[in-house]
Amino acid sequence: MAEYLVLIYEDESAMGDADPSAFATMMDGHRAFGDKHGAAIRGGNALQPSSTSTTIRAADGEGFTITDGAFAETKEALGGYYLLEAADLDEAIAMAKEIPAAFGGVEVRPVRPLG
Amino acid sequence: MDASVEAAVADAHRREWAYVLAATVRVTGDIDFAEECVQEAYARALTSWPVQGIPSKPGAWLTTVARRRAVDLLRRNATYERALPKLVGSELSDPFDPDPLEPIADDRLRLIFTCCHPALAPESQVALTLRLVCGLTTSEVARMFLVQEATMAARITRAKKKIASARIPYRVPAPAELSERIDVVLTVVHLLFTTGHTAPAGSDLMRTDLVERALHLARMLRALLPSDPDVAGLLGLFLLTDARRSSRLAGDGSLTLLSEQDRSRWDADEIAEGIALVREALRRRPPGRFALMAAIAAVHAEAPTWSATDWAELVGLYEVLTIIWPSPVVSLNHAVAVGFAAGPAAGLFALDALADEPQLANYAYLASSRADFLRQLGKSDEASAAYRTALSLTDNEVEADFLTARLAEMEHDDE
Repeated sequence: MAEYLVLIYEDESAMGDADPSAFATMMDGHRAFGDKHGAAIRGGNALQPSSTSTTIRAADGEGFTITDGAFAETKEALGGYYLLEAADLDEAIAMAKEIPAAFGGVEVRPVRPLG
Repeated sequence: MDASVEAAVADAHRREWAYVLAATVRVTGDIDFAEECVQEAYARALTSWPVQGIPSKPGAWLTTVARRRAVDLLRRNATYERALPKLVGSELSDPFDPDPLEPIADDRLRLIFTCCHPALAPESQVALTLRLVCGLTTSEVARMFLVQEATMAARITRAKKKIASARIPYRVPAPAELSERIDVVLTVVHLLFTTGHTAPAGSDLMRTDLVERALHLARMLRALLPSDPDVAGLLGLFLLTDARRSSRLAGDGSLTLLSEQDRSRWDADEIAEGIALVREALRRRPPGRFALMAAIAAVHAEAPTWSATDWAELVGLYEVLTIIWPSPVVSLNHAVAVGFAAGPAAGLFALDALADEPQLANYAYLASSRADFLRQLGKSDEASAAYRTALSLTDNEVEADFLTARLAEMEHDDE
């Protein structure tokens, strides 16, 4: 078995403009996903909007540069994630297809085993 | 060295590479390591066959040697075991099993489906298929796609690393996803064929090496998936298109259009086989895109002369194809068929509806088809401008020569 981090990227402004029922549909989708794949879900969370992000980089000389905002400014921002256990990529993709992401999509990244 | 042995090894390389590699991967669980062992088995054949004679089943001989080599190396050097994560697949055999499972037909399919996994970039799918299924070297694959060898090597390494690290499984997809996955495989093989049929760049109209590889792969798929109508359609399409190969170039190397080709030179055997495949592929409703494209090629193949071509039938087939596989290129072909069925003015009207398609903006055939209809309508100035546009969009020298000749005709008419 292996672990995959599924990153949920969505268009934040489109989500903000959407009808409240879209939010309910999304939450229902996550609940259904959790019920169905509970055994494979190792973790997961929804994130606050990217406008609440703070980026920290080591500065050239010493110390750190702290800036407001996400690491990369893109139309679709990271909005949540799941950590899933799967036998292989096909299994991970099959699960990822069931994650609600009406305003974007998801990215499946294998977790790199260390040691 | 005995020329017959050399020929037998070359033949076994062409025919059996995928079989031997796929069977070896099943015991190593590691593509790179299996490739090394298979290469050694072919090298061993060159020294062994002159002495022992050419085996009656070269593929089985090579598989045994490659697998034995793999087991020897694994025993001697445990580091082979840890170089990369193992391939994931439910049916990998234990390399130390004294009686490993016999290679089965599905082994090659596993290899093909792994190379054409949708999680790999299309250019990697093509490169891996040529390298692992056809057994080409990286430099041969690089030459086929006119890129630097280092670029191709990096592309292949990156793809293999993804297969291992992301755990792309080494198996035939489940029935529920099979048709979607077969479509990816057929798209790869079709790309190979079209790239060879009219080379995107260079001095040759065709790249026979690519066409032959694509035909070989389509035949392999047909043998492995004999009841799949899309596979039948793809092979039929290739055969019906390839049947015209020898008539596409005139004696002086210039392009001969379908309308001018000497149909007696078309390959009758390929046409007969292709038509039988089209009939089989069309039995499924609705028909797949390759079955329809093959049916279109069959209409041309069955027409005794250009003027006897059933254009109404072609327009109808393109209409169905537009519904099943909507794409600007299909619409362009439909418009051209309309022009032949209903006259150049109707064709031009249909083409002009596509003028704003971004996907066709750099597509030479849109401009050259317009030019042709304008020429037939006697509008030489507009035709010249369209031929010039087409000329600026093709990098194939044979096509460019053809367009230059047409342009000269137009300008001559003006005088």
